[in-house]
Amino acid sequence: MLLQRLSDNGLWSSLRDMERLQQQLHRMISSDVPNATSEFPPVNVWTSEDGVIVTAELAGTESKDIDVSVVNETLSIRGARETEQLNEGETWHRRERGDGQFVRTIQLPFAVQTDNVQAIFKNGILQITLPRAESEKPRKITVSAN
Amino acid sequence: MATGLKTRENQEVGINSEEGESTKARKVFIPKADIFESKEEIVVLAEMPGVSESSVDITLERNVLTISGSVQIPQFDGYSLSYAEYALGDYRRVFSLSNEIDREKIQATVKNGVLKLVLPKNTNSIPKKITVKAAE
Repeated sequence: MLLQRLSDNGLWSSLRDMERLQQQLHRMISSDVPNATSEFPPVNVWTSEDGVIVTAELAGTESKDIDVSVVNETLSIRGARETEQLNEGETWHRRERGDGQFVRTIQLPFAVQTDNVQAIFKNGILQITLPRAESEKPRKITVSAN
Repeated sequence: MATGLKTRENQEVGINSEEGESTKARKVFIPKADIFESKEEIVVLAEMPGVSESSVDITLERNVLTISGSVQIPQFDGYSLSYAEYALGDYRRVFSLSNEIDREKIQATVKNGVLKLVLPKNTNSIPKKITVKAAE
């Protein structure tokens, strides 16, 4: 085989595999990503008084295959990702990426202007900007001295 | 064939690995990869969300293929990160290949955060099939 697979490579690679496994375990125990999940796609949520920005990692997905919808205070991201199909005479060395369909629903912290939701897909990252509904924006109350 | 979607494991490149540590104090993740081989070439597909054509770097030194990509950490004015399922950082992964790659003809493209590397085999080294005849 042209590519030397790590596992076919004797003791040294076994050690390397062990190291990798150890790191994996370490990360499972002491993850500094507070909400690390196995749900796909993983999302990050940014908030301000004016709205919410949701980013999702969707590498390898085409923008036409991503569907974003907002109903009340629930955001849904659904779609599908395809990976390479092998032709005859081609063989896999590694398959780590996976394919299939996905659905994520995210509960938003407040009502949003559903007509003004923007979704951009760039370099495999989906960015959804949801402006907060005017009626829900916090109002500043001046405290008056009596 | 559906293999199921998996999230990035936020697996970082080890500090103790022989590749050494980056000088930048930033997380470096191991990108997930699919690799397949045909008669003429080896194709590597590495998942690096946030990486574009201009922020990816590929080197092939002897038989060591290193792919790295840097990610621009997003900043949204006035917004703060209130919930996080993935961490941000750069990507780096090292593969060892046999010497049979035709370096001049390597092609690299980035699409939707996935790096596709086509490594053509050196035509001289494609093994010729030898037919075994039965002895008379």
